[in-house]
Amino acid sequence: MNPDVLIVGGGVVGAACAQALATEGCRVTLLEAEGLGGGATAAAMGHLVALDGSDAELALCRLGQARWNALAPDLGAALELDPCGTLWVAADEEEMALVKPRCEAYRAAGIEAELLDARALHEAEPHLAPHLPGGMRVPGDSVIYPPAGARLLAEAAQRAGARILTGIRVASLEPHGLRLADGTALSAGCVVLAAGSASKALIPRLPLVRRKGHLAITERRPGFLHHQLVELGYLKSAHGSDTDSVAFNLQPRPNGQLLLGSSRQFGDEAPDIRTTLLRRMIEQALSYVPDLAQVSVVRAWTGFRPITPDHRPLIGPLPGHPGVLLACGHEGLGITTAPATAELIAAEVLGRKPAIDPAPYLPSRFPELAHA
Amino acid sequence: MPRVIVDGRPVDVAEGALLVAALGLPPVACRSLSGEPRGPLCGMGQCFECRVQLEGREVLACLTPAREGMEVRRG
Ligand SMILES: Cc1cc2nc3c(=O)[nH]c(=O)nc-3n(C[C@H](O)[C@H](O)[C@H](O)COP(=O)(O)OP(=O)(O)OC[C@H]3O[C@@H](n4cnc5c(N)ncnc54)[C@H](O)[C@@H]3O)c2cc1C
Ligand code: FES
Repeated sequence: MNPDVLIVGGGVVGAACAQALATEGCRVTLLEAEGLGGGATAAAMGHLVALDGSDAELALCRLGQARWNALAPDLGAALELDPCGTLWVAADEEEMALVKPRCEAYRAAGIEAELLDARALHEAEPHLAPHLPGGMRVPGDSVIYPPAGARLLAEAAQRAGARILTGIRVASLEPHGLRLADGTALSAGCVVLAAGSASKALIPRLPLVRRKGHLAITERRPGFLHHQLVELGYLKSAHGSDTDSVAFNLQPRPNGQLLLGSSRQFGDEAPDIRTTLLRRMIEQALSYVPDLAQVSVVRAWTGFRPITPDHRPLIGPLPGHPGVLLACGHEGLGITTAPATAELIAAEVLGRKPAIDPAPYLPSRFPELAHA
Repeated sequence: MPRVIVDGRPVDVAEGALLVAALGLPPVACRSLSGEPRGPLCGMGQCFECRVQLEGREVLACLTPAREGMEVRRG
């Protein structure tokens, strides 16, 4: 057996890479240690969001959104793609003052964005607290069901000829291939490392840390909410570096359940639910949507985002390891950006021009990765 | 013996029983979106599979004592 491309990891990123590479005619084998989409992918909210923390972040998000929309008909209804849009909610007049420039920045980037005053905000979402002054609607954002996304992409890859193997753990990367936990050596033209946070176990010098997040989901309340709500202060929380933080996020699931996010913590490596943080998350949500007090939470869980020092993922060749490509470190945006990552990886493998400039995501931007 | 009303029908349960005792055998608390029956699994407030509507609020049948006249609806 001598496949052209070996992909390590069957989260949303590995599955998207398998789909893109197999569709473009590569011989692909994907190796997943456990089950497809069971890592960070299973924990995520599935908000496909155009986030403008930087130009590079926005470019990757937008390409990801466009690719998900193009893939959706082929992936089928189980993806649960819901074009609900995002409603960014200002907490007070101070945040409201930021909405106008933010709208203008989105429009300048070619993204539809609509400023909502208090009245329009409450017409759009009647359960929002009466004192909230307004916000911004981004109708092009949407929501999917992440673990189904990973599984459906892997199945699409399989239809295009890829081999998808689960329950197979990679123990080490070797020159021109890799070694499995059972000792088997596999060789390949190239290896794509898409093992999420666990990529660091295979290449210890990767600048990756894990940032824990809590989510909770409620009973079914169809019609309670129409958009994915996010507090306007979210970017502060998403890109802040040290302290534990909580940012309000509320998502309507197609079955009527409400998915509530999220916390961000460093240095807590245990998957256990921290009730103090969950309580902070719920109290924060109640300040935006007081009627949530009437809705019961049925489950809560945690997940880990793979974080890089500059908050951009690692996509592209790893210097000093010929044939090894990284596709990891996607933080809180990996669901959105997985198909964009796959495009960059496919372009690199096939030696063709990528749809966007790959430079901001190249691993070699970090000095510890620039030299072997 | 308290009598509770489940989906409009009277059900008598033993003194001191929890609401799960009024959900039949096998007990059914709610239905999945595809209509499959769902019922209590853990009996100790962890799995949330025994949710029923009690006077407009969702409660866990395995933790809620049955009292005379309670009106319960199953989802
Ligand atoms: C609480 C929370 C909410 C989030 N919400 C969103 C959101 O709304 N929108 C968004 O875009 N993103 C969101 N994210 C981010 C998103 O979940 C991640 O960026 C994304 O899932 C990363 O995917 P991945 O494929 O890189 O990693 P993973 O999903 O972790 O997949 C890695 C896979 O590799 C496998 N693996 C590991 N080691 C090996 C090995 N040695 N051999 C073989 N296989 C191996 C693992 O079993 C796993 O399946 C959220 C994250 C969290 C934690
Ligand atoms: S039976 Fe599990 S919570 Fe009630």
